[in-house]
Amino acid sequence: MRSMISIKKLTKTYAGGFEALKDVSLEIDQGEIFALLGPNGAGKTTLINVVCGIVNASSGEVLIDGSDIVSDYRLTRSKIGLVPQELPSESFETVWNTCCFSRGLFGRPADSKHLERVLKSLSLWDKKDTVSMQLSGGMKRRVLIAKALAHEPEILFLDEPTAGVDVELRQDMWNVVTSLRDQGVTVILTTHYIEEAEQLADRIGVIDHGEIILVEEKAKLMRDMGKKQLVLHLQEPLVDIPSQLSSYDLGLSKDQRDLTYTYDTKRQSTGITALLSDLRTAGIYFNDLQTSQSSLEDIFVDLVNEGR
Amino acid sequence: MNYYAIKAIYRYEMARMFRTAVQSIIAPVLSTSLYFVIFGSAIGSRITEIDGISYGAFIAPGLVMLSIMTESISNSSFAIYFPKFTGTIFEVLSAPVSYGEVLLGYVGAAATKSVIIGSIILATASLFVDIEIAHPLFMIAFLLLICVSFCLFGFILGLWATGWEKLTIVPTLIIMPLTFLGGTFYSISMLPPVWQTISLFNPIVYLISGFRWTFYGNADVGIGLSLGITVGFLIVCLLTVRWIFKTGYRLRS
Repeated sequence: MRSMISIKKLTKTYAGGFEALKDVSLEIDQGEIFALLGPNGAGKTTLINVVCGIVNASSGEVLIDGSDIVSDYRLTRSKIGLVPQELPSESFETVWNTCCFSRGLFGRPADSKHLERVLKSLSLWDKKDTVSMQLSGGMKRRVLIAKALAHEPEILFLDEPTAGVDVELRQDMWNVVTSLRDQGVTVILTTHYIEEAEQLADRIGVIDHGEIILVEEKAKLMRDMGKKQLVLHLQEPLVDIPSQLSSYDLGLSKDQRDLTYTYDTKRQSTGITALLSDLRTAGIYFNDLQTSQSSLEDIFVDLVNEGR
Repeated sequence: MNYYAIKAIYRYEMARMFRTAVQSIIAPVLSTSLYFVIFGSAIGSRITEIDGISYGAFIAPGLVMLSIMTESISNSSFAIYFPKFTGTIFEVLSAPVSYGEVLLGYVGAAATKSVIIGSIILATASLFVDIEIAHPLFMIAFLLLICVSFCLFGFILGLWATGWEKLTIVPTLIIMPLTFLGGTFYSISMLPPVWQTISLFNPIVYLISGFRWTFYGNADVGIGLSLGITVGFLIVCLLTVRWIFKTGYRLRS
């Protein structure tokens, strides 16, 4: 797979001395959706801003499709589209004019057909003559995406694109993002909605305190780091977990009706068969059971907490 | 060269001017007409000719200067400050454009507006007084030079400003007084010797004097010196903008 973004030993220290990025190295392949997760102030936006040329790096190197973002800034920036976290808008401009402006700014000749396609895909076509200040927050977010796509970028940065938008719009945006990936566009997504990353991403990167603490394929991450739980609904309330079951990772609900067993899917034996046998020996019976797997959010919280 | 970007910025800024035509064009024309009515007609009728030119005709080049200087600063400072204020500047900063292209777009549009306003004011002035232009080519060159220089100055101001107050403080507290004291309404030869000497430290004197020379062939200071000061101011502004873009001062953190 061709490397589309190559970040090597990138650091950024702001004038006040705050170290936003510490020796960050990262490779992102062409055509993948990469979700960059991290708590507030972790360095996600700084990393995006450095790659896009909005913030100057203190040291390190960033290559876009093999070209340096400083010496070949014209080439690299023309390949990138950015949807920022905030909602800045040219309040008095129409949607159509602001998209035309973006396309021209990125060095592309006017192409009404392309802009029409973009606006239609984002359900903005009927708003093309509306000025931005008359649009809702969700619509303004769509306009920002349309502006970022106006010059047909090969890389799209989405910095929390669905913050503050309703469920329907979020689904629309997810469809747009997956459709872009299908067209070969590389998408880098930062989000606070972990289910968004779970739904869309091919790979996940976790950043905290300016350091990349993990980069992994989403499926492998969830398989490797995910925990499973077996919940047994007991026939009779249980006051205490008997001592002969102390070798199992068990928890008892407050109403003493549910017994939860947490197990590791990576181990050869989950211990479920032995547990059920030991429960019978201890005279504990159940009338229902269910299993659940930890979400990406659980994994993310665990990872960030481990690092602190 | 990213011609599409220059065109996009230029067209975008010009569209803003026409969208706000009352503020951009009609207001300066109205205020200049009032200057002519008050200074040219009411007060001017009591003042004798200056260097053989009627007072109304004498102040016309100064009034054009006053308008284009303030309009140039106001247009270009607002053009770059507003995207900084709203946050839309991120798009320009992340675009494949050089600082020269950004300048051509923003300053080119602001200078075009100033030239349009200057021309309208000149046409308005000709309704009140008889205006002769002794050196039309020099007049156009001076007009363009001053429009571009002050648009560059306004651009620097817009980049430097961190609030609306700072944006207005320089034109109101520095440029406007210097322009009024720079011979807009009088010839500095009418001042006592000590004030004549002090006036020569005011750079605006050279700009107004040079522009007035293109109309009537008379000037408070030599045309060569006026031209030199104007070109020098342009170069200082260009170098400052170049430094701002190279270092990212108040643009890129």
